[in-house]
Amino acid sequence: MIILPAVGAAAAVGAVARYVLDQYVQYRSPGAFPRGTWLINVTGSFLLGLLVGLGARHALPEQVVAIGGVGFCGGYTTFSTFSYELVHLCDKGLVGKSLLYAVSSIAVGLAAAASAFAIGSL
Amino acid sequence: MRSVTEVREPFRARLRGGVLAAVALGGLLGGTARYALVLAFPAPGTAFPWTTFAVNVSGSFLLALLLVHVCEIWPPTRYVRPFAAVGFLGAFTTFSTWMVDTDRLLGHGHYTAAALNIFGSLFAGLAAAVLGLAVGRLTAARHRRLDARRGRARRYGRWAR
Repeated sequence: MIILPAVGAAAAVGAVARYVLDQYVQYRSPGAFPRGTWLINVTGSFLLGLLVGLGARHALPEQVVAIGGVGFCGGYTTFSTFSYELVHLCDKGLVGKSLLYAVSSIAVGLAAAASAFAIGSL
Repeated sequence: MRSVTEVREPFRARLRGGVLAAVALGGLLGGTARYALVLAFPAPGTAFPWTTFAVNVSGSFLLALLLVHVCEIWPPTRYVRPFAAVGFLGAFTTFSTWMVDTDRLLGHGHYTAAALNIFGSLFAGLAAAVLGLAVGRLTAARHRRLDARRGRARRYGRWAR
């Protein structure tokens, strides 16, 4: 409870990082496929898996896991934009891209989380 | 290789301080709200992560509803989308916890719960976004009808239909 403001501040940093990175990806390689959100969600899943793994096996303090994991990674990654983009791609008639986006985000995100957890708890 | 005649604004010119501050403030509130909900309704150990599920699905509904209002109903604004959509709802919902929770369920051999978490969140989130869009578009259509009626009333007198 006492770390609530720190978690909120970390989420603010995560949200700004997401915005800047997404803008940068759109600037470098524009296109219909939401590469920015894809990259953010996969890297964020990796980082959270790592933190949770370190917390589980190497006694990384619970507060650090909460601030870095729940705060930063939670603020950095986003589910609402993910589901909105899926519907938006279908709306534009790009059903194949939407399907690829869903399957690849989940498959690569889950693989990133699982491998990072394994690395963190080595 | 980039042609020499191409003029491209530098990336930094795209970032505005006020917009970044709006994203940060929204992120602060969204992240705090999610953490407060997780503290209030904790999902211990290997239990199904209902709190994250509810946060993600409700956030998807609200984002779709909000974006219709921002794009089609409200007059153009500079800070509403960065604050409420990118900042608050972006930080309120989370993809990484969804993945790590699923990995934990898989690790404990709860395969049904893991599959339910993946597909349940995905399809409930999609349904929520579709519902948000539908509700937002109904509102947009109502606004257009009201605007048209007001326009006629201005032109032909108040009681004209």
